[in-house]
Amino acid sequence: MPDRIVVGFDGSPAARRALDFAVKLAQSQGASIVLAYVLEWSPYSFLSNEELAERHKRRKEEVSRAQTAVLDPVLEKLAGSGVSIEAQIRYGHSAEMLVTIARDTGATQMVVGRDGNGGLAARMFGSTAGTLVQIATLPCTIVP
Amino acid sequence: MIFRIFAALTALVLSSAPALAQEAGLDATINQIFADYTGWYVALIFADLPGTNFSWIALWLVVAALIFTFYFGFIQLKGFVHSIRLVRGDYSDPNDAGEVSHFQALATALSGTVGLGNIAGVAVAVSIGGPGATFWMIIAGLFGMATKFTECTLGVKYRNEYPDGTVSGGPMYYMTKGFRERGLPGGGAFAILFCIFTILGALGGGNMFQANQAHAQLAGVLGDYPGWITGVLLAGVVFAVIVGGLRSIARVTEKVVPFMGIFYVIVSIIILIVNYDEILWAFGRILEGAFTGLGVLGGFTGALIQGFRRAAFSNEAGIGSAAIAHSAVRTKEPVTEGYVALLEPFIDTVVICTMTALVIVITGVLNVDPETGLYVWNAELGRIATEGDVTGVELTSAAYAQVLPWFPVLLAIAVVLFAFSTMLSWSYYGLKAWTYIFGEGKVKEVIFKVIFCFFIIIGSAASLGPVIDFSDAMLFSMAVVNVIALYLLMPIVRGELDSYVRRLRSGEIKKYV
Repeated sequence: MPDRIVVGFDGSPAARRALDFAVKLAQSQGASIVLAYVLEWSPYSFLSNEELAERHKRRKEEVSRAQTAVLDPVLEKLAGSGVSIEAQIRYGHSAEMLVTIARDTGATQMVVGRDGNGGLAARMFGSTAGTLVQIATLPCTIVP
Repeated sequence: MIFRIFAALTALVLSSAPALAQEAGLDATINQIFADYTGWYVALIFADLPGTNFSWIALWLVVAALIFTFYFGFIQLKGFVHSIRLVRGDYSDPNDAGEVSHFQALATALSGTVGLGNIAGVAVAVSIGGPGATFWMIIAGLFGMATKFTECTLGVKYRNEYPDGTVSGGPMYYMTKGFRERGLPGGGAFAILFCIFTILGALGGGNMFQANQAHAQLAGVLGDYPGWITGVLLAGVVFAVIVGGLRSIARVTEKVVPFMGIFYVIVSIIILIVNYDEILWAFGRILEGAFTGLGVLGGFTGALIQGFRRAAFSNEAGIGSAAIAHSAVRTKEPVTEGYVALLEPFIDTVVICTMTALVIVITGVLNVDPETGLYVWNAELGRIATEGDVTGVELTSAAYAQVLPWFPVLLAIAVVLFAFSTMLSWSYYGLKAWTYIFGEGKVKEVIFKVIFCFFIIIGSAASLGPVIDFSDAMLFSMAVVNVIALYLLMPIVRGELDSYVRRLRSGEIKKYV
């Protein structure tokens, strides 16, 4: 079975660097890539009545936005790279969900980007990289 | 545009409110008009059973709770552990992450019910019915769990899911769709009637009463000042949230309110720990009082009536409001939300109300005759004599202050926040009923929301007794309509439950964790 690399991806520059790195890695090893977009979510957060009623609608919108605005362009761009890429959109705690996805897909390594600057991406790739280092069950590459 | 409407409304009220406060005439006129036209209805809803001082509406709710308890084979005992597993997410499909979880539906529904009933209502019950009222309150809460189970299962089963993904649920939907499914006539009329009562109940018990009590509590801490100031402030914030769409405020409240609830329980536990040597004694008083009354008027029945009444008023089981909040949950099995909803009266009444009652009994704010051990009855006020002859929030406040002198300030903040979150919940319930009758649409919705905010100002500005009585009567009218519907539809819930339990046993429904 060919190797599988899970890449944490949210469309940020750091995530793109991580993906570029993973694509080269995959090309040299003949591996495939699982592009994992995790939307931060806790089932224990509090929502108002209105948000409860609209939750299913919002979720559909979030998923389709992630697919069309973030994942599709990247998949299109990498179509000629010779690497087989599958994309996944999941809800949960970023680092934990990446570990779960790695387990479910039988991956052999993980790649995530790191954006040292804070900002929105830091929410995912600042702490995510750090947490992942602590909890990863596989070799894990952090791309600066 | 919206803000201009509000500014104009505020200006209108500001200009008339001081006059309103000075001229008791207008107040009295409104009271009189209301009393003349609605008094008979209020009297009917709160009428006592012949020869007792037990209102039939409280009995109506308790009997319903008993019937559902037996019909579903003590689901609240047999299903309790399963309920907790469901809330923990043990049976939630991980692929449904990002949808409304059981925990979220429960938390939102709880933030609508936990509030003044748990703080003020309990104090009223204990001061009139003695410590024994606590025992009957707990019993009523335990049975009320079966009522919530029934209404929330139906709420999920018959909700409307629209093509865009939004969800609407509640008694009006199970009345129309459920009645049709069983071949019963009158579902549409039931639904309309329920919605009318819900709108009026939302403006009253879910709004004016809350605003009124919030102002009373603030005035108690800050010193007396005109009620319209509280009213305009509260209305402004509610307006910003429900019309202006300032979700951040709502989100802050939703985070603070559960925290307040937990904090209230922790403080109560601390007080109980400090007085640990008296806990057994307090339970003894509660048990003894439950069957003897310990000196309260009416003895045993006096305690029973107060306990039953306050439990029904606090956890809203049977009123139908919870079915609206619970119906948005993501689940393939409607019964699972019924299981989760039965925790609501447990947390609200059995845990939080009992804490308040224990603290009031233990701290000794109720005067006891040292010779007989019976409570001193103040016949003039019709309740047990207390220091300063207070009741309601002030009695609870006094009890907690015995151990933690700074607590009244915190309690005042908690009461205002609880009142605020209850208002937000009821503005939503009222809106759902409103759009059910008048149809959806931006303008129609804004009209209701503006009316709702206007009533906040009225509620805190004036002591409109008859108006508030009338709105309370509306709240319980919801229960009359809703419980009849529950009786007619309970075989459907039974079918759902039996099928679910069978598949749970056979392993067809499995845990994900």
